[in-house]
Formats: sequence, C-alpha cells, structure tokens
Amino acid sequence: MKHRALLIVAGLVGAVTLAASLSVAAAGTSRPTSHATPAKSAAVAPPTVPNAAAIKAKYHGQKITFVGDAAVGNSHVRDQKLVARFSKDTGIKVTLEPHPAASDAAYSQLARNFSAKSSSIDVMMLDVVWPGAFSPYLVDLKPALGKAAKLHAQGIIQNDTIGGKLIAMPWFGDFGILYYRKDLLTKYGYSGPPKTWSQLFSMAKKIQDGEQKTNKNFYGFVFQGNSYEGLTCDALEWVASVGGGNFIDNGKVTINNAKARTILDAMRSQIGKITPQGVTSYTEEGARLPFDNGDAAFMRNWPYAYSLSQATGSAVKGKFAVTVLPHGAAGHSVGTVGGWQLGVSKYSKHRGAAIELVRYLTSPAVQKFDAIFNTNVPTIPAVARIPAVVRTNPYLTPAIANVARVTRPSKYLRQSYNEGSKDIYQGISQILTGTPAKNVLPSVASKLQRLVK
Amino acid sequence: MSSVATPAPTPRRRRRRSRLERRKSRLAWLLLLPALAVVAFVAIYPLGKTVYYSFTNQEFLAGITPTKWVGLQNYRDLYHDSIFRSAIWETIKFTLITVSVEFALGLVIALVVNSNFKGRGPMRAVMLVPWAIPTVVAAQMWRWMLDDVFGVINDAGVRLHILSHAHAWISQPSTALGAVSAVDIWKTTPFVALLLLAGLQVIPKELYEAADVDGASKLQQFWRITLPLLRPAILVTLIFRTLDALRVFDVFNVFFGNRPDTQTMAIYDQSTIVGDGHVGYGSAISVAIFLIIGLFVVIYVTFVRVTDE
Repeated sequence: MKHRALLIVAGLVGAVTLAASLSVAAAGTSRPTSHATPAKSAAVAPPTVPNAAAIKAKYHGQKITFVGDAAVGNSHVRDQKLVARFSKDTGIKVTLEPHPAASDAAYSQLARNFSAKSSSIDVMMLDVVWPGAFSPYLVDLKPALGKAAKLHAQGIIQNDTIGGKLIAMPWFGDFGILYYRKDLLTKYGYSGPPKTWSQLFSMAKKIQDGEQKTNKNFYGFVFQGNSYEGLTCDALEWVASVGGGNFIDNGKVTINNAKARTILDAMRSQIGKITPQGVTSYTEEGARLPFDNGDAAFMRNWPYAYSLSQATGSAVKGKFAVTVLPHGAAGHSVGTVGGWQLGVSKYSKHRGAAIELVRYLTSPAVQKFDAIFNTNVPTIPAVARIPAVVRTNPYLTPAIANVARVTRPSKYLRQSYNEGSKDIYQGISQILTGTPAKNVLPSVASKLQRLVK
Repeated sequence: MSSVATPAPTPRRRRRRSRLERRKSRLAWLLLLPALAVVAFVAIYPLGKTVYYSFTNQEFLAGITPTKWVGLQNYRDLYHDSIFRSAIWETIKFTLITVSVEFALGLVIALVVNSNFKGRGPMRAVMLVPWAIPTVVAAQMWRWMLDDVFGVINDAGVRLHILSHAHAWISQPSTALGAVSAVDIWKTTPFVALLLLAGLQVIPKELYEAADVDGASKLQQFWRITLPLLRPAILVTLIFRTLDALRVFDVFNVFFGNRPDTQTMAIYDQSTIVGDGHVGYGSAISVAIFLIIGLFVVIYVTFVRVTDE
C-alpha cells in the first residue's frame, strides 16, 4: 500500500499535535504559585462604620457598584471585607468588582464608562496620575468630605484638587522600595544593602553566581520590566536617582540627557546577566512570585508585596528586609509616587450612598486596618505614626519613608498622560530589549514635547 | 463561498418583465428586507460611523476637546506614521508565516484523518482540542510554557540537549514573532484541517477507483484528482485564515501587551483609540486596516476568477 508512507508521516504530525495539546495540562504546574495567606488576617477585623444609623435611615436598600482593587495580592480580599462590613452596618448594597490588574487597562475601562455616561459604576479607584484626565466626570467631594480631607497629606489632596474641586479622596499611598534577602547578604559577606546601583549590580552578580550552583532558577535582581505603566515608574526611579531629572521638569522635556542615557544603557547591560532574560515581560506579580519563591536576591516593588512575602507559604518569610532604592554616584535615592484615590462618578444614581462609602473607606480607622492587614501606605500622617502600623510596615520608619518622592509627569501631560506614559515605557522597553538609549530617547523626547502644552 | 458560485445565466437581450416576475421580485425583496436591515444595523452603520470619525478629531473622553471636522488630516498623518507602517509589516509577516504553515500541516492532517485507519473517529475528535481552547487561555498557557525560568519548553529542550541554554522566547525580539506564530499555528491548524477534511469528503470515491484501474499512482491521484477538486475548499480556507490573521489581536495582546516592536495593526489601533483616546485617528487606522484586508480579498477573488476561466 503506497498510502502507508504518507499515512505514517501525517500520523507523526498528528501525534505531535496531540502531544502539544496534552502538555497543556502540565503547563499549569510549571509556574510557582503562591498560596500565601496574610499572617494577620484573622487578628484584624475591618472597623465598624461610624454614624451608621443615620446613613442607614437615609440610604438603606440602595444599590451601588464599587470598582475596587485588582485581584493582585491581598487587595481584593481587603475590599471584600470592608465592603461586607459597610453593607452590614448601613444596609447599602455594594457590588464589588476588581479592576483589571494593569493600570492602563483599568484606565481604559473607566474612560469607556465615562464616555458612555454610564451609571453602572458609582465609586471607583483612581491612580494618582488620573485626576487631571477624569476630573470632568467626577463629583466634587469638597462639600461632604472637605473636613475629612484635612487629615490627609496635603500634597496628595492638591493632586486630587482640580480647578478648586476635590474630585477624589486619597485611599492609600505607594512608593517604590528595594526588597533584599538579609540571609544571602550575610552569607556572601555583605554588611548591609547596596547604596548605589553599581553596588547592587555587583552584589547581585556575586550572590547569583553562588546560588545558581544549587538553584539554576536563581537571579540577582527582579523588577517591573514589561512594556506598561509600571516600567514608567521604575525607569523614573533609575533616571531621577542618578540626577537625570524627572522626564519632564518645569514644563520642559528633559528625558534625553547624558545621565539618563547612561543609567538606561547600564540597566540594559544587566538584563540576562543579573536578571532573568524574561524580566522585560514582568509586572508587579511577575517580580514578586520569583522573589517569594526564594529565586531572587533583590526586588524593586511597591509596599503591597511586603505582607505577602512575609506571609506563611512564602519561602522568604523572615529572611528579607526593605530599604530605599539605590542611587547613582552623584544622585540620591528616590521612590516613585504611586497610590490610589477614590472618586464618585457624576453619572451615579446614588451619589449620597456612594459618598458615604468613600467617607468610610478613606477614614483613619480603615487606613489603619489597611496598613496592618495589607501593608499599604497610609495617606493620613497620624495613622502612619501609630506604632502598631510602623511595626507591620517597616518602610514607614523615617529612614525609608522620608526618601525623596518623585512624581510621574501627569501634571504636565494631563489628559494626554496615558499617551505620554506609553511613549516613555515603550521607549524604555526598546532600550531594555536591545536598542541603545541614544537611538531611542530623542524620538521619545519629541513625542513628549508634542503632548506638553 | 457564495461569491465564487457562478450566478444564474442572465438572458442577453433585455425584455419587459411579466407581471408575475415583477410580483415575484417584489416578494423577494420583501423577504430579504429583515436580513438587510440586520446587516445595515450591525455592519453598515458602524462602518459608516468609523469612516465619519476618521475625518474628525473625535476623542475618547468626550467633552474635553470639542470635536470638529479635520478633512484628510488623519490620513495625511497616517501616511507618515512609521509605527503604523511597521505594524503593517509585522502583521503581514505573521500572516504569511502562520497561514502557510497552518495550510501545509492542515492538509496533511486532513488527508490522514480522511483515510481509513483504526481509531479514526477518536483521532478526529482529539485533533480539535487546541481549537476548542479559548485563544486567550491558550496564549497564557503558552506564555508560561515559553517562560525562560520556569517554562517547560526550555526545561525539556535543555534536558534533551536541543537547546544549549534557556531562551526568553517571548522577550527577545529575534524570537518573539516565531513564538507567537507557533501558538497560532498550534491553535488554528485543526480548524484548517477541518475545513479541508470537509472538502475531501465530497470528492466522489469513484474517481479514485477509476484512477486505480487506469494505473495512476497515489501521487498522481493526489495531484490530478484530490488537489483540483479540493480547490474551492482550499480557497475558502485560505481566505478565512488570511483575514483572521490580518486582524490578529488576542495572542499578541496576551504575549506582548503594549510592547512597541511587536504591534500588529489591530493592537496599534486599539491602543490608539482606547489607550491614547484618539478615536478620530484610530478610526482612520481602522479604515486603513479595512482597505488592506479588502485588498487581500480582491486578490483572492481575482485569482479565483482567473483560474475559473
């Protein structure tokens, strides 16, 4: 039968296809998953709603939707607990929906919602860089929450005040910090964490070379290298910490300067050397998972990772500490300002009930709960000084918390922020994946120049 | 494909239509009306709106900048847009790679499962498994399998000494397109095989019997009988796959997000409209994509016409 030869060849092809489809089943197990649960979840309960009886009398039975934190780490659990407490105390039914994990995707979701004048979202989380873009669609909270706003750090309140209107309330703050393995630093003879980037590079290399003998998945340094908003934050820290400016300073685009080019090229040269090659596709969780798995010596991340890395189930529990990020020989340490606000949609059908939810969620009692339960940075200075809060959030000790905070250029880019940030992170991504900075930054600078008005 | 089928021959000489004919044609229009209304609502209206927007500076966040007519400005900008040009090129490369490999593999698989062998039924079912998995899920699985640290592909490759060291298939620009194409090929080959199998099954068995009697070899039978008679199915398959590949979005989105060097036309369009908020300019991109895909359709249909004669 002449047919047979063809049949065998084709059969092999079919078998390969089958094998590929079966290997899918195995794929799910090829990545470490962290089943970490917060150590203190049982000990800390969400606070009760003050003045609940009056709220209940007024808004009982109303239904609102709250677009809260992404299912990143512990944050969604925190939202669930708070919302359940609020509903129980006030009789206001709250539908909780997590926003997409990538903040640019979360931005698009809100933009779509506002453009459609939709009433389907009442309360939403807003990134610290969004108020400028979304202010026309948000309720002025000053009449209801102006007094409460005085408790918060005034820098953030200014950020959330557009044209004299308080369009959002600070929920929690954020800034970039360096996580490091205490045990490995000791093992390789270092007395403390790196002060400069070149120290970090050489320490990471030495530790990696030593550890890879027993763990071939071990790398020196992980960070947020994917082409997304997180890379804008990380790159701002690199550039600002060597004295290369903040991308846009005093309305002038400064991103294309010699110091920026040097540090960005230095970062590129470390990709695949002290970082996994794939770090250029890592987001926050992409960096946290290997670190928690014991596969990295240093990590740049936000404070949210602290409680998760310290939780039972994490391989590095008790073995790591945090400090300020390194700086250049001439610069000083910085941390990019992150953080989230809560706003109320102008198209909400239950404005009053929505404002009460915001009042509760941004209250000192909830910030204390959030700081202890979820290691988020309080925006109320008085809360940040509570000893119990500082104990669970070591980065609130003055030596770390007083680091110079740098802001992304949202106040110059306003509603073009998303586009400008995309120009920045796409440019940095090109550099990290192999193009010299001098070939990339001029065009990034000219794109930004067009957007700065 | 309906446009391939030859229309009923029309009489050369025009003559007055009888009353019956006219009534019949009126009835035909009446019966077609609901379908036409639906098409107008779901296809023509959005398309028209997109074309309209492409001549304006419409923004996503309505109410911040007033919308006005800008004429051909968006198209002039698009002509000088180097990012869009590289997106077109990236998409065409992806299309050529995936469609040709899928077609070759799909044809082989279709021929196999069309022949008689034990376990043919289960084989036909199993081969559809990749096609049954949602693209986003499949892409995420492949992303993990291709991971440079934990990925099973690097692990197996290094253990079997096929690879000297683990590669970051997705992160490295040199292998990114290959990696994403592999996922599409893995997923869509079954679909191609299925379409071709349907074509194979309508070829009458008698032709092969006659060829056997005449002493034609299996290879001759394939070139002289199978391939010519499979031609309509092949064209439908190629058109389907080409159009699909040209507007690819999901795999690229999962693999690369907003990475600059791996944008397809659809990814660039989406990030322009939804990310940057430029609905007007994004609509011009949409229209350009529509025209590019239209060009491919015209090429295919012309090819069919030419070879039909």
